[in-house]
Amino acid sequence: MIRRGRAHVVGHHIDTDVIIPARYLVTADPADLARHAFEDLDPSLREQIGEGDILIAGENFGQGSSREHAPLALRGLGLAAVVAASFARIFYRNAFNVGLPLLECPAAAGGVRDGDVVEVDFGAGTVRNLTRGDLYRGQPIPEFMQRLVDAGGLVGYIRAQRRALQERG
Amino acid sequence: MGMTMTEKILAAHSGVPSVRPGEIVDCRVDFAFANDITAPLAIQEFQKMGGEAVFDPDRVAFVLDHYVPNKDIASADQARITREFVRAQGLPHFYDVGRAGIAHVLLAEEGFVGPGDLFVGADSHTCNHGALGAFATGVGSSDLAAALITGRLWLRVPQTLRFVLRGRPRPWVTGKDLVLTIIGMIGVDGARYAAMEFAGDALAFLTMDERFSITNMAVEAGAKNGIMEPDERTLGWIAPRARRPFTVVRSDPDAAYADVRTIEVDSLDPVVAAPSSPGNVVPVREAAGVPVDQCFIGTCTNGRLEDLRMAARILSGRTVHRDTRLLVIPATPAIYRQALEEGLIRIFLDAGAAVSTSTCGPCIGGHMGVLGAGEVCVSTSSRNFVGRMGHRTSRVYLANAAVAAATAVTGRLTHPADVVGEAVPARG
Repeated sequence: MIRRGRAHVVGHHIDTDVIIPARYLVTADPADLARHAFEDLDPSLREQIGEGDILIAGENFGQGSSREHAPLALRGLGLAAVVAASFARIFYRNAFNVGLPLLECPAAAGGVRDGDVVEVDFGAGTVRNLTRGDLYRGQPIPEFMQRLVDAGGLVGYIRAQRRALQERG
Repeated sequence: MGMTMTEKILAAHSGVPSVRPGEIVDCRVDFAFANDITAPLAIQEFQKMGGEAVFDPDRVAFVLDHYVPNKDIASADQARITREFVRAQGLPHFYDVGRAGIAHVLLAEEGFVGPGDLFVGADSHTCNHGALGAFATGVGSSDLAAALITGRLWLRVPQTLRFVLRGRPRPWVTGKDLVLTIIGMIGVDGARYAAMEFAGDALAFLTMDERFSITNMAVEAGAKNGIMEPDERTLGWIAPRARRPFTVVRSDPDAAYADVRTIEVDSLDPVVAAPSSPGNVVPVREAAGVPVDQCFIGTCTNGRLEDLRMAARILSGRTVHRDTRLLVIPATPAIYRQALEEGLIRIFLDAGAAVSTSTCGPCIGGHMGVLGAGEVCVSTSSRNFVGRMGHRTSRVYLANAAVAAATAVTGRLTHPADVVGEAVPARG
């Protein structure tokens, strides 16, 4: 699985409240949530992010709440993936469950600059910086996680599993 | 090689004799819950997954706590989705306005989780229940939906970090100060993907309320779960409440830990987490004097009875400073009632505090205490991220209930001893 897009760089310890402030959690619609994404960090950031773009972050991205609204808001913004030096545990699980792929790659977090075009290869665990010609090596994501993303998240994955069982049975 | 209690619980729930950190195990879930923010999404995913009935109605709870009483039409509609699902499924454990409390405090109080249990909740502070010797962890709505259908969830076995707390806490040093001190020490990702096991003779001095505050905040260090070995006090607390038989699990003496840290508790003083990270921990004395607009005593971290008692001890015969406001929110109706019977609520009202029905509202900047631009709050909650309680320029200090109460009296961040002296707070 490969995603290519324009990079937006944010810092360390970006928490779920900054991704989507809890005051807006009266909806679970990704488009509604995206309208307030990163509001308390940089209100102009969401305007700069376009369909297929890739977020590059520092350590512990997604710390805080278990609410799936955080990865949904990022999907609502059109982000195709998040690459970070490291991720918070619950966020990691939630992102894959809603079909947003993540890659842990500290080298990319240190090397990519705002606006660079990057190509993320999840199976190989690499990020290629097409603007600068650099290659950063990270942690390949397990095959199971790739299947989750291919199915569009946990719901699609479970439905596909059930269908397969029915066809066999 | 022995196992830690976290490993033992995961092994027992996945039907294997032993597990090792890093393994992925498919676990049986003893109890699952969602709140009013996470439930509607879980219900939607439940339906999309083709779910018809929850795996066991007696092992599932829905608690409306974040936006209740509903603050606007959108939050009312959100709660309505959960109410309708609960009715359609005929679920017995539903907590709505009037009976609703803050889930983590309420579900423990109601005896739904006991030692040795595996408990998942669609709320990050589910790790709270580790104080009972259970494995408890927060998950998202999709994972919760899968658990509601199947009664199972895959989990990766975490490494365990052991924190040995030694000595007797000094006056005004509470469980909250101990956990903040640890988070300050290891950082907000210091226990990422790991289990935090708390041990040592200092725990014996802590009330159950204080122990819950500690495991409640394990997630603020990035942990998957926080856990403590049950002792006599734990069993005395849970035995009259437990709705199911439970199994006490203890770590083996030769269990393998990724790290062991010892904290000499008797040398600590009360601390605060300064804006805007729970890991930004300094002694109260170093931050003292900061002008404060609002103090908030409540939440799943410190809205328990001991917290209210400690606050009342400071506020009795005193009043909230004219430039400061104080909100007191008992975490559950049972705590509210007990506080009423003990005369604590009268003390709060006499002091000029606002006392509200149970809600998570102010902690998430949702309702009942939202901060305006540049305002400063001393809160007994667990998170002080940018914009957490309101405007992005507002600032939150996390503290124990005594610090919040003392600060309300003086209008400036204050050490409780500076208001009432060095008396050792009663520990029940």
